[in-house]
Amino acid sequence: MQLTIFITDKMKNKFDTILLGHGSGGKLSHDLISELFAHHFDNEILRQQSDSAIIKTGNTHLAYTTDSFVVDPIFFPGGDIGKLAIAGTINDLVVSGATPQYLSVGFIIEEGFPFKDLEQIVITMAKEAKKAGIKIVTGDTKVVDRGKCDKVFINSSGIGLLDDRNIHISSGSNIQVGDKIIINGSIGDHGMAVMAARNELNISADITSDCACLNNLIQSALEASDQIRFMRDATRGGLGTVISELVKGKKYGIHLQEDQLIVNDGVRGMCELLGFDPIYVANEGKVVMVVADKDAQDVLDALKKHETGKNATIIGEITNEHSGMAWLETMVGGKRIIEMLSGQQLPRIC
Amino acid sequence: MCLSIPARIDKIENDTAVCTVGTSSYNASLELLAHEDVSVGDYVLIHTGFAIQKLDAEEAEASLKTFKEFKSLNEDMDIEEKEQSTRLI
Amino acid sequence: MKYIDEYRDKKIVLLLAEEIKKTITKPIRLMEVCGGHTMSIQKYGIPYLLPEELELISGPGCPVCVTSRSYVDRAVAYSRLDDVIITTYGDLIRVPGSSSSLDKEKAKGADIRIVYSILDALTIAKENPKKKIVFLGIGFETTAPSSAAGIIKAQMAALSNFYLYSAHKVMPPAMETLIDEGVLIDGYIGPGHVSTITGSGIYQNIPKKFGLGVVISGFEPIDLLQSILMLVNQIENNDQKVEIEYTRAVKPEGNIKAQEMLDEVFEYGDDWWRGFGILKNSGLKIREKYAMHDAEKQIIVDVEPLKEPKGCICGEILRGVNKPKDCKLFGTVCTPSNPVGSCMVSSEGSCAAYYLYNR
Repeated sequence: MQLTIFITDKMKNKFDTILLGHGSGGKLSHDLISELFAHHFDNEILRQQSDSAIIKTGNTHLAYTTDSFVVDPIFFPGGDIGKLAIAGTINDLVVSGATPQYLSVGFIIEEGFPFKDLEQIVITMAKEAKKAGIKIVTGDTKVVDRGKCDKVFINSSGIGLLDDRNIHISSGSNIQVGDKIIINGSIGDHGMAVMAARNELNISADITSDCACLNNLIQSALEASDQIRFMRDATRGGLGTVISELVKGKKYGIHLQEDQLIVNDGVRGMCELLGFDPIYVANEGKVVMVVADKDAQDVLDALKKHETGKNATIIGEITNEHSGMAWLETMVGGKRIIEMLSGQQLPRIC
Repeated sequence: MCLSIPARIDKIENDTAVCTVGTSSYNASLELLAHEDVSVGDYVLIHTGFAIQKLDAEEAEASLKTFKEFKSLNEDMDIEEKEQSTRLI
Repeated sequence: MKYIDEYRDKKIVLLLAEEIKKTITKPIRLMEVCGGHTMSIQKYGIPYLLPEELELISGPGCPVCVTSRSYVDRAVAYSRLDDVIITTYGDLIRVPGSSSSLDKEKAKGADIRIVYSILDALTIAKENPKKKIVFLGIGFETTAPSSAAGIIKAQMAALSNFYLYSAHKVMPPAMETLIDEGVLIDGYIGPGHVSTITGSGIYQNIPKKFGLGVVISGFEPIDLLQSILMLVNQIENNDQKVEIEYTRAVKPEGNIKAQEMLDEVFEYGDDWWRGFGILKNSGLKIREKYAMHDAEKQIIVDVEPLKEPKGCICGEILRGVNKPKDCKLFGTVCTPSNPVGSCMVSSEGSCAAYYLYNR
């Protein structure tokens, strides 16, 4: 009892209110989850702290995940909030090594929201789900007074079947020194596409979100190799957050090569203008994989056969140097640490 | 204090320039360069919504040329070193 | 991207690093006084490329870092007024005041908006005639001209609801005070974009009076290494002077129009710098002619008493006297997600940079 109060007071002393940074996927989010939610909800399944919860039931394992979507604007180049709601949850399941089966979707809709916009979103969702071969089997709808939510918020939860052989994938417990790190394409597209679409900063850019379901891509990779040690999708907080979370507290270190990272021109330009680091910008169609060295090329070849993997590259490796830390060799041969961002990136003048 | 990026002027409308960096474009005010001759195709440094200085293309080309020469001189010396196992300088 | 990519050529960078190694014969300490330089140095991992004898120290070039806590307190107080909209650059939003910060006030419902330009703030003022729009003017000589332009526009458009709260500062007084106080450095990497506005003349005192060189540097890795090489050469040859490495952007005379606008709207005044205290003629104050747009003069507000946190040595760190690891709060109580001092908040502050790549 006393321990609970102590920890809650510790949280209280830091922040009286929740800040936008708490939802950005960086360190603040991390602290909120571990010190508040995970603390109070604690159980052995939650302690896995992976994209999907892995639950043993009878002789099989289920992967179970949930995600909420509040993106603004709701329509952006490359997709809309509906596509995100389907792809995002499917991706959380597939990066755990599971085969997605069923989704639920819940809508919170602001009074006055145009019906045709809702219809377009729902049609997108149906299309995405069909393409991915999964069924939306249950849902909920709430409408709130004008001003009580921003147009529409969507929650989706998903269940998938997880083969025993893939259980280690979400935790990365089989990662070894020498393993290679692969990403399936360019970074920063989704975050900057949404930011450009918001046009609050009067910057217009030709950037398309990379939002896509990755189940077929990842299926190919799993067929190409049984030595995939780890997968995670690089959503909020970007590649940098996945890498810094992966290495934290571990005996191994990570070495990344900046010159292997692909950043599209539009993303680059906008990041330069605003002072953003593409490593920390959100993606919605990117998976980071750790693969045994000997299978890395096979996995790469398998990924490249797909539209969503045509630019797949090896971007780094697991090393026995600098344990618990991820170092980036910069494009000019220097070195810096990849750390978790504390909050969200903000446009700066310096 | 100085986040500012060279951007190419693609269009000028009165005292506003449409500038591009890569494929992102931004409208920047040209008020702070009212005393300069600024035209489409010029590169300017933009900072907080204003073009603050025009890039001197000649100076840029000159300095880049020097660096490139420095690089190729070194590359030549590397080749020479490999071939003769000596380095003159 | 033109004029960017060419200055990131890895081969040239490594060659310049080699040249520095060949030229240096003794320990040399160089200070950069531009937050943008601190960011670039960190982003490209430049210290890793330099010989051990060469030490880079971050100086007070991050406007967020040197902005006083009481400035933030007043901004917070303005934000609590019902009829005020605060418009600010993103840099300032997380800087801690005595008991709150702008992002905390925003979370409580204050109307605080991040803008990229004072021009956006002027638009907000036009669209909200019943509100008072206060623009938080931080930044050095690079940014102050845009504030000047904004004020002139506000005056011409008779935007009586638009105010500037100026924290603008100028570099040379701080650069000279540092040496006067005995901070041990052998040369300055001069601020690149400040100098596009001011020109190179403002640094003449530094070699004349103090015997230290200033090389005005660009921001790409080649620029930085070339500037460091130029400084090392100056020091090894005992030929300290002001030089411009960033010739594509910096003219000796600077930007005359921008200087005129600065002179039109601002006058020099004594200003309080975190880490330094009061520096004579180091701040830009709004002239009487534009007093109707001066937030400090026009908006009456109660500001909470200043509370400096115990143990925070941001001041000493900003002056290069101490390193972040000397601070008792570093990495324990004071971290990037829960910063106590401004050196940790700003991503280019010494402590934040140190936290990121030196632990």
